[in-house]
Order: sequence, then C-alpha cells, then structure tokens
Amino acid sequence: MCNMTTKDIINPANLVYSKSKLLTDNPMHYCPGCSHGVVHKLIAEVIEEMGIQDKTIGVAPVGCAVFAYNYIDIDWQEAAHGRAPALATAIKRLQPDKFVFTYQGDGDLTAIGTAETIHACNRGENIVIFFINNAIYGMTGGQMAPTTLEGMKTATCPMGRNTELNGYPLKISNLLAELDGTCYVTRQSVQKLANIVRAKRAIRKAFENSIAGKGASVVEFVSTCNSGWKMSPHDSNKWMEENMFAAYPLGDLKDSEKNNKTPNIKIQ
Amino acid sequence: MEDFKLMKGNEAIAHAAIRCGADGYFGYPITPQSEVMETLMELRPWETTGMVVLQAESEVAAINMVYGGAGCGKKVMTSSSSPGMSLKQEGISYIAGAELPCLIVNVMRGGPGLGTIQPSQSDYFQTVKGGGHGDYRLIVLAPSTVQEMVDFVDLGFNLAFKYKNPAIILADGIVGQMMEKVVLPPFKPRRTEEEVRKECPWATTGKLPNRERNIITSLELESEAMEKINLRLQAKYREIEKNEVRFEAHQCEDADYVLVAFGSIARICEKSMEMAREEGYKVGVLRPITLFPFPTNPIKELSQKVKSILTVEMNAGQMVEDVRLAVNGKIPVEFYGRMGGIVPSAEEILAALKEKLIK
Repeated sequence: MCNMTTKDIINPANLVYSKSKLLTDNPMHYCPGCSHGVVHKLIAEVIEEMGIQDKTIGVAPVGCAVFAYNYIDIDWQEAAHGRAPALATAIKRLQPDKFVFTYQGDGDLTAIGTAETIHACNRGENIVIFFINNAIYGMTGGQMAPTTLEGMKTATCPMGRNTELNGYPLKISNLLAELDGTCYVTRQSVQKLANIVRAKRAIRKAFENSIAGKGASVVEFVSTCNSGWKMSPHDSNKWMEENMFAAYPLGDLKDSEKNNKTPNIKIQ
Repeated sequence: MEDFKLMKGNEAIAHAAIRCGADGYFGYPITPQSEVMETLMELRPWETTGMVVLQAESEVAAINMVYGGAGCGKKVMTSSSSPGMSLKQEGISYIAGAELPCLIVNVMRGGPGLGTIQPSQSDYFQTVKGGGHGDYRLIVLAPSTVQEMVDFVDLGFNLAFKYKNPAIILADGIVGQMMEKVVLPPFKPRRTEEEVRKECPWATTGKLPNRERNIITSLELESEAMEKINLRLQAKYREIEKNEVRFEAHQCEDADYVLVAFGSIARICEKSMEMAREEGYKVGVLRPITLFPFPTNPIKELSQKVKSILTVEMNAGQMVEDVRLAVNGKIPVEFYGRMGGIVPSAEEILAALKEKLIK
C-alpha cells in the first residue's frame, strides 16, 4: 500500500475514517484548534453507535456552543444562559425513555448556572452534563470565568487573575462529585488520540448511566481556547497540559459502580 | 346534581390542572400561592394521571423547567407571586420568543420589592406590557371568582396551544386565598406520545427518520430574519386581539357612569353599583376578563354612551392607561386605587365615584 496515489487515497473504497452520519454538513463556527469540534464529533459518534438518535435530546447553552444544534442531527433545545440543567430536568422527567444531555461551557455552568447545575445533580436527575472548561468566556471575547487560573490574563483581569480580588479557580466537578445525586463525575481532555479515546468511553458511559437511572453524570472536558488565550492551537495544548491539568487533573472523580457510598448509619 | 366543592382559589388551580390533563407543574414556594404546589403534592397526580410535580430550587429554575417541558409539546405550568414573577421574566421572554405554549399563574401580592404578602394588582404593567425583554405579549386572563380559577386553567392551556404562546392567569391574592364553591370539570386524559407528536410536530420528542431535527430556540443573528420573526409574532398578537377579547358588562346598557375593574375588585364594584343604583345613579360595571387582548373596542363603544368612567384597581393606576387609550379623550376617565395590600370597600368606591364622576 506504500505506493498509493492521491487518487487511491480519496477513493471511497479505501476510506478508513469518516465523520459520523450525525454530524451535519454545516461549517462549524468554532475557531481552528478549539476543543468543541472534537467533543461534538465524539458525542455524535456515541449517539450513532448506540443507535439512539431518535431518543436523544440535547440542550445547548449560551456561549460558544450556542449553535451546537446546527452540528449534531438530533432534536435540540436552546436554553437561556446557565439554565440548561433546568430544561434537561423537565425534558427527562416528562420523557423518561429519552437520553437527555446538556452541553455547557464554564461561564454557563460554573457562573450563572451554578444553582441549576448543583440542584439538577443533587436531585439525581438522570441526565448527562457535558462541561467544556477552557477557563475563559470565549463567545463574549475572552473575559474571566470562575475557572480562570490564578495569574491568567483575560479581558476582565488584564493583569492576571488576582485571587484576593477575584477568588479562586472553581473546581466545580470536585464539588459535584460530593453530591449524592451524581453517579459519575469525570475529567477528560481531547488534545491527543489516547485522551480522545478515553473521552469517548466516558461519554458512552455517561449516556448508559442516564438510561439505567443511576443519577446525574458529569463529563468535564479540560479544553483550550486558543483565540481567548491568544496562542496558537499547538501552544494552547502545551499550555493546557502544563497549567490547566495541574489545577484540573484528569481522571474519574466519582464512579458509583466503583465507589458506591453507603450511608454512614450504624444501629447499635 | 352538580358536584359542588368548597375550596381556595389556589387549591382550585391544582385540581383543575390535574383534571385538564396537565403533564407537569414546576414551582417554588411563595406566599400567597403556596397552596397550589402543596395541593398537588397532596393529590399525588403522578400516581394517577402520571403528571410530574416538582419543587424547583428557584423561580428561575421553575420557569426554565417549564421552558424545557413546553419544548417537548407537553402541557406544563408554573405558579408564583409577584417577587417570584420578577425572577421568572427571563424564562417567560425565552418561551414567548421560542413560541411555546405554557400556563403561568401569578397570585399577586403588593410591591415593590419584598413588599407585602397582602393582595394587590400591581403587576398589571409587568404582565400586560412585557416584564421580560423584547417585544412579546402574554395571553392574560384575570379571574374574579374561584370558579374562574378552575375554568381558566383549561382555557389558558387551550389558548396557549392554539397560539403557541404563554398564557397567564393574573389573579390577585384575594382570589387565591378566598374559599368559594366550585364545580370541577371532569377528568380529561393526558395526551399520549403519539398525540403529542401529531399535535406538536415542532416538539423535541426525538428525531425520527421521517422528519428534520426539531430545534427549540429564540436565537437568530441575521437582522432581517430576526425582524421577520418579530413581524410574525406581532401578526400573531393582532390575531389574538381579533379573536380572544373577553369581558363582562353589568348594567352598562342604561348607565351614565361606568366602573372598570378586573379581578376580585370588579365584584366589589358590582356592590358599589347596586348601592349607587339604590340612590338613583345609573352606574354600570365593565370587567375585562382578558387583559391582553384588552377589551379596547367595548370600552370605546361605551365612551360614546356614558358620561364618564372610573377605573378602580389595587395599585397606583395601571390598567387605567389602557382604558384612557381606548376612550382616547372622548370622556373623562378617573382613577381610584388602594395599595400596600388594602382592599377598597364598596362604600369607599361609591364615595370615590360620587366625588370624581358625579360631583
């Protein structure tokens, strides 16, 4: 095969990779190098592989992913800023046989939607929350988010985040893992192949949990925002690995199959 | 024989919701309407009709749950009182913008701010003129009896689905809290999934191979497309104005003076009218039942026949602006109102009528 011509390569019979049928042909508005595109692709692939296109309802956020409904071919609702978990709560309770997920950024989920996120998780809603954490507001032009790292420069902390002024990076997944209503909280990334494979497994597991009625699943994707960070995609990935992973270490924070908490009640 | 029950207006809302086949209620406690959710929790409709009842973490969450449920084509509702309604305005604007049907109940208390838990009608502007951002309208029903609290649940849902627009029952704390005899409607089954898919082909019921994906959104960044959406909304509101005006006129045929009032105050005005007639004054009462669409034409027609109008409200004078617009300067339109949770007496209204109109 080493002497393949270009013609051979583009011959459909020789294709070894294709995009999911659930990804539409709409050109994505995401910046080149952004993590959103990869995460969209993985979600579309999992829905396709599980054969649940007719049973899946997505809730889009306000933020860069506001147009997520243009890219994955399923039914969608577009929420107000931060309210996606409230919409998802009702959608799932009123249609319990459906797979319902929210797709939210760090501004949406950790700032304006903190209450909706915590309470939906705490009620044990059988929904999936996909959380893109790139430590910045992308859509509005690179302002500070609750997850912005200490010292990190943004449009609203141009001298770098000062914890005395702005508090500390919010590790919301750690907080959500403490809630009895969540069954699975994991932190993933999609900057290299091995991580993409792991992230996809996490997405699938989260969907399976939701239909098994185990409670809320949260999949955080530690992500890049090369436009907001003002770095090349390559440098963004490097910066993420060196800085973001220290504050937001990858891995499972909770998996109820492994560490099922038992109530600490002893009858003497 | 009809089956009369004695109950509070708030309780009546809960019974009516279950009986009309509602799919979901999402609420947050606030005085003076907490009995709506309390009654639902006692009646446990999830065990009988399958209706979902959920206490949300805030009014913001509750209205956004309504948004999510409405997007699924379900018959969903929420209820609250004035300060809670302020919080719901964001969601209401989105629901109106996304053109979804739902039912909202506001049992009004006095404001501004935390105000008072006593009854008021001071959310007329908020409810009828907007409240949230953007050019939208709600279908506003103003009950004056507990029976109307029952009847307007079904009516509100029907209008909401007919026009794909939120409908709201704008009740005052009196109607919410007072007990009266009511006749409850027979049970109507909840719609099946097939029926929802048929009636609401736009709903997020899961994308089947035979249709495009459904997207519930109020977002459109192209200015020309967004203006078109607004023009379509406005055309819908004009259609509602044409078809859905509801009002009640008492003894307006021979009247020299007319009292215009909505909700429970209209009933007190009827008493003032009787007292005035005993004294030989020809007084009538016009009660708008729909506040949007407002009975502009009936009031305009009345202004050709009567000498003057007194609008009576439990606020500083809100609906009176719409009455004046309808009358358009043809005859004097005066206002009498009480605030802070004070309910005017029939005698007080009669005295205001004599002072301001008859002189």
